[in-house]
Amino acid sequence: MDPDRRRWFAAQVEQITDRLYGTALRLTRNPEQAEDLVAETVVKAWARLDELRDPQAFQGWIQRILSNAFVSEWRRRRACPEVAVAPCEEGADEPFSLYEKLHQPFLLWWSDPEESLMANLLREDLERALDALPEAYRIVVLLVDVQGHSYPEAAEALRVPLGTVRSRLSRARSQLQRALWQHAQEAGLLKALP
Amino acid sequence: MKHIHDPQIRCEEVLRQLFAYLDREVDARTAALIDRHLEACRGCFGRASFERKLKAHLKAAAHKPAPARLRSRIKDILDKF
Repeated sequence: MDPDRRRWFAAQVEQITDRLYGTALRLTRNPEQAEDLVAETVVKAWARLDELRDPQAFQGWIQRILSNAFVSEWRRRRACPEVAVAPCEEGADEPFSLYEKLHQPFLLWWSDPEESLMANLLREDLERALDALPEAYRIVVLLVDVQGHSYPEAAEALRVPLGTVRSRLSRARSQLQRALWQHAQEAGLLKALP
Repeated sequence: MKHIHDPQIRCEEVLRQLFAYLDREVDARTAALIDRHLEACRGCFGRASFERKLKAHLKAAAHKPAPARLRSRIKDILDKF
C-alpha cells in the first residue's frame, strides 16, 4: 500500500463528499440509500483508481462512478427501462418555457419577474421540482445538467438510444419549468423586488 | 425583448437548438452561428442567459452537506484501504 496514494485519494474524496451526497440524494430521494450509494462509490473508485489517467479529472471521474452505480441498480430493478417513464398528467409533456411565461407583457408592466424569480428561488424549490419529476426524466436531467454527461454518455449509461435522451431531457425540462412556474405563482415569488 | 433578422440563422432555429447548444451538443459550425446570433439578438440572448442561470441553479442544488454518519463511514472505509 502506497500511503501517499491513499492520502491523496482520501483528500480528494473529502473535497467532493458533499457533492456526491447531494447528487446521490437527488438520484435516490432517500437519505439512507444516498449514503449507501456514496459509500459504494468510494469503494469502487479506490478499486479502479489505476484507471484514472488524469488526476485533475478525479471529480468528474468519481461522479460518473456514482451515477453508473445508481443507473446499473435502477436498470436491474426494472425489467424494461424503456417503459420506465411513469404516466404523466394530461398536458404535462407539452413544451413549456418558464422564460416566456415570465416575459408576458402583463408581468413586465409592473416588475422584473425574471430577476424577482431568480432572487427568490430557493434550493429547496428546485429540489422539490426535481424530485417531482418521473424517475426516468429526473435521472437524465441529473446526468446531463448536474453531472455534465454528454448526451452519448447518458445514452450509454441508461442503455437507451440518443433520441430517447434528447426527448426525455426536453420533456423533463418542460415539466421542471412548469413546476417552478406554478410554485412561483403559489409562493408569491414574482412580487416586485424592494 | 426584441429579436433581429439574421440571414445566417433564424431566431426560431436558435431557440430550437438552444438547450443542445448550452449542453455543448451542437457541431462547431452551428455553435459559431449561434454565438454570433446571440451577440446581436437581444431577445435570444435574454433567453439563453436565463436558461444558463437556471442550469447553474440546478447544478448547485446537487450540493448537500453530508451527514456526520456518512463522513464517519467513509473514514472507516478509507482506514481499511
